Amino acid sequence: MKLTLKVWRQKSGDHKGYFETHNVVAEEHMSFLEMMDVLNQQMIEEKKTPVAFEHDCREGICGSCNMVIDGRPHGPQTGTTTCQLHMRTFKDGDVIVIEPWRSAAFPVIKDLVVDRSSFDRIIQAGGYISVNTGQAQDANAIPIEKDVALDAFDAATCIGCGACVAACPNSSAMLFTSAKVAHLNSLPQGELEASRRVQAMVHQMDAEGFGKCSNTGACEAECPKEISIDNIALMNRQYIASMVGSDTAV
Amino acid sequence: MKLESKEPKGELAEKWTNYRSTLDLVAPNNKRRIEVIVVGTGLAGASAAATLGELGYNVKCFTFHDSPRRAHSIAAQGGINAAKNYQNDGDSVYRLFYDTIKGGDYRSRESNVHRLAEASRNIIDQAVAQGVPFAREYGGLLANRSFGGVQVSRTFYARGQTGQQLLLGAYQSLSRQISLGNVTMYNRHEMLDLVKIDGKARGIIARNLLTGELERHAAHCVVLGTGGYGNVFYLSTNAMGSNVTAAWRAVHRGALMANPCYTQIHPTCIPQSGDYQSKLTLMSESLRNDGRVWVPKNLEDAKAIREGRKTALDIPEQDRDYYLERRYPAFGNLVPRDVASRAAKIECDKGHGVVKTGKAVYLDFAAAFERYGESEALSKGLKNASKEKIIELGRGVIKAKYGNLFQMYEKITGEDPYIMPMKIYPAVHYTMGGLWVDYNLETNVPGLFALGEANFSDHGANRLGASALMQGLADGYFVIPYTIGQFLSNEIRTPKIDPNDPAFAEAEKAVDERLSKMVNIKGNQSVESFHRRLGKIMWEYCGMARNAEGLKKARKMIRELRDEFWSDVFIPGSTDEFNPELEKAARVADFLELGEVFAVDALQREESCGGHFREEYQTPEGEALRRDDEFAYVSAWEWKGFNEDPVLHKEELEFENVELKTRSYK
Ligand SMILES: Cc1cc2nc3c(=O)[nH]c(=O)nc-3n(C[C@H](O)[C@H](O)[C@H](O)COP(=O)(O)OP(=O)(O)OC[C@H]3O[C@@H](n4cnc5c(N)ncnc54)[C@H](O)[C@@H]3O)c2cc1C
Ligand code: SF4
Ligand code: FES
Repeated sequence: MKLTLKVWRQKSGDHKGYFETHNVVAEEHMSFLEMMDVLNQQMIEEKKTPVAFEHDCREGICGSCNMVIDGRPHGPQTGTTTCQLHMRTFKDGDVIVIEPWRSAAFPVIKDLVVDRSSFDRIIQAGGYISVNTGQAQDANAIPIEKDVALDAFDAATCIGCGACVAACPNSSAMLFTSAKVAHLNSLPQGELEASRRVQAMVHQMDAEGFGKCSNTGACEAECPKEISIDNIALMNRQYIASMVGSDTAV
Repeated sequence: MKLESKEPKGELAEKWTNYRSTLDLVAPNNKRRIEVIVVGTGLAGASAAATLGELGYNVKCFTFHDSPRRAHSIAAQGGINAAKNYQNDGDSVYRLFYDTIKGGDYRSRESNVHRLAEASRNIIDQAVAQGVPFAREYGGLLANRSFGGVQVSRTFYARGQTGQQLLLGAYQSLSRQISLGNVTMYNRHEMLDLVKIDGKARGIIARNLLTGELERHAAHCVVLGTGGYGNVFYLSTNAMGSNVTAAWRAVHRGALMANPCYTQIHPTCIPQSGDYQSKLTLMSESLRNDGRVWVPKNLEDAKAIREGRKTALDIPEQDRDYYLERRYPAFGNLVPRDVASRAAKIECDKGHGVVKTGKAVYLDFAAAFERYGESEALSKGLKNASKEKIIELGRGVIKAKYGNLFQMYEKITGEDPYIMPMKIYPAVHYTMGGLWVDYNLETNVPGLFALGEANFSDHGANRLGASALMQGLADGYFVIPYTIGQFLSNEIRTPKIDPNDPAFAEAEKAVDERLSKMVNIKGNQSVESFHRRLGKIMWEYCGMARNAEGLKKARKMIRELRDEFWSDVFIPGSTDEFNPELEKAARVADFLELGEVFAVDALQREESCGGHFREEYQTPEGEALRRDDEFAYVSAWEWKGFNEDPVLHKEELEFENVELKTRSYK
């Protein structure tokens, strides 16, 4: 299949970006990133600078890949990361527009590569259970209802890609943050620190410059792991509850 | 050089407990003054950095990824073993130990493996306490499944995302230590050299990948948890960025590379579909719990399938050859990986393969749909459920167990595995070889430690499924925090290491010159094209079956390719900027050296064992022929330079507790 790509190029955060047009010939069994490999190989052969993009596992789990394809984070298919998208989704002759995540909290590093370290700092603020190595009791000493465990699991499958932020008109990181809050706060192991956790993580999220949530639902729609927006409601409830009797000024 | 394993003496079952209680300790006030560098944030590195931070050491942790959470460990699917015996099916620490030694084809160190089996239990406790959402039964207790090469159910899992959940557990513990100031995290920093002062590992040269700047980082010791080198084959199930550079740079500084030829070729991966392919995708071994492997009995049927005239569904039961069940009745579809992979290759070589390239066999879930469907129907009180209803119920059960794997398969192949059996073929997956380490996980370079897939220690010539996660976490959470004290207790009077020491300047200069040289070649071929060609050589001559002639040829070809690389590679851009092509180039250059030592090792080992199959050494039935009298040792290779022969050092393996037998899964 013959494709025309309009790819975002930006030398660094300090430079202005622009779209560059390229033609590539792809096969329908290729993954989207393999199609990008073809483009880059072509550019290298022409002694040009290839398009920088982030990727690693190429199987939808590391959360590295991050392309906005035709205006949609991770492209047209629901529940799919960029690396899992295959060219059979496209047609011969298609024009495909490829951009990086766009959010003030995710500054562009080069071309399609952005800085998502703000997510790490949100986790560092409280996205953990405070247990040192060696302090644990026998694993089966805390039975957990299967459904509770399953819900926690669903929330825990977030891959930290940031598509939720890229999809949100306000660049809110609520879906990402709430997924971790829901994962840990709904388990008995995480309950003790639940209030402190939700407060600390929400504060960090705000400090990083992510926007407010206005319930558009765009995050859920574009999330490759189909993380539920219910987690946001849960986090909001817990956040409000945590302020009652809290000594943290908010 | 005499390789001392430093295994403690005494009863196998008590060695670790006794050793641990006599190990030298570092007092809390001293720990704060001691700096430790941990490179890598996979299961091994993240668990080590977090735990060392908790203990009070001053930790600096490095990853080339943009976040510690993206390490390759995140992709592990099927599960993690532990000798908990929660299923009451006769499991024990000894049995896990025994299975691992046997699975490794008697090429690992007894005492290391026993320690691993002991620690396995603590890992599950620790992970659950961190909030890792393992699968559970309705009663709320933890669920288990079986993996290849064993007859008990000891594998803990979190759907098909066990690695993700365990890594996030470790990442979260690491994040907590970062927030407490005990660990300083350096993302997007790649270690490009090891710095030694007076023979001891005292720091690294890291390249800040965003700016290209070379940085000197000093510490009292260095811990590598930098993963495996499966990508020397270009196509593998490893993440694209996985590489050997950290370990290989250590080898250039005198560390020994042990058993590089022991590579695991995983039997169940999605077959290659074209030349553009960048990586291969694993379908977790756990699928062999419920999937049955087969090929058409008749060559004409196989041909018709390859040509698209028939599908799997057209082949009646009596014309299918469930060759694993036939050849290995005791273990059936759950034979170890090396055995299953070779069997698939044999069937395909005979012409029974079921895709265009001839390189795939079926993994079929039809029987499982029916079995589970029937039991679901019973438990739901549906007495006269139709066959369709039963299959539908059965699909539901399989979906709950492996949903994400089935989905992944469909996304990649465009085929629905709930209807058509999966097509699978072996692919490079894991490297048992790695940096040589003693019982303390210390390399022959004092103060340099290696953990996880980066070391060679526990899996011998073949790793059993679900034991890499176990080993990475055992090393990081439960071994290194103790054994590092053996080295550091003698360093409490050593002042802060000075990054202005001439050794740092020398190493930094060497790295700078090497990168500049590469960038300035300005040849005509891309880095990727060299990597692909190397991979082809490796797969052809050092893959599932090897022979002396092929290995000699491979060595020669690799050397030639390396020369070509150093004269004709084209790397766009410069060294002082964010330059992913340069990163790749430096890694491929190291693979081009490792590949040669790999071939030399495979040639030198004149026997077949585990993942190393030499065609000259097989039984009349085509099984691996081990030669214990001559080869029951670890091969540790010393690098002597570009055009020199690497030098072999041997560590004889002593088996006091298990009897060396021919592995049989019949
Ligand atoms: C698809 C797949 C599925 C698997 N499933 C299972 C399973 O179900 N059960 C099981 O037990 N095992 C499984 N394995 C194997 C297992 O995942 C790995 O062996 C294990 O995760 C390796 O962990 P590690 O910590 O040693 O290294 P890695 O996870 O590879 O981490 C390496 C780290 O080192 C860093 N690094 C490397 N080099 C440098 C450098 N030069 N400078 C700075 N940082 C560096 C990287 O950034 C990364 O953080 C699977 C493997 C694959 C490929
Ligand atoms: S919530 Fe979804 S979109 Fe957001 S980071 Fe997690 S996986 Fe990505
Ligand atoms: S590359 Fe890992 S999720 Fe896409």
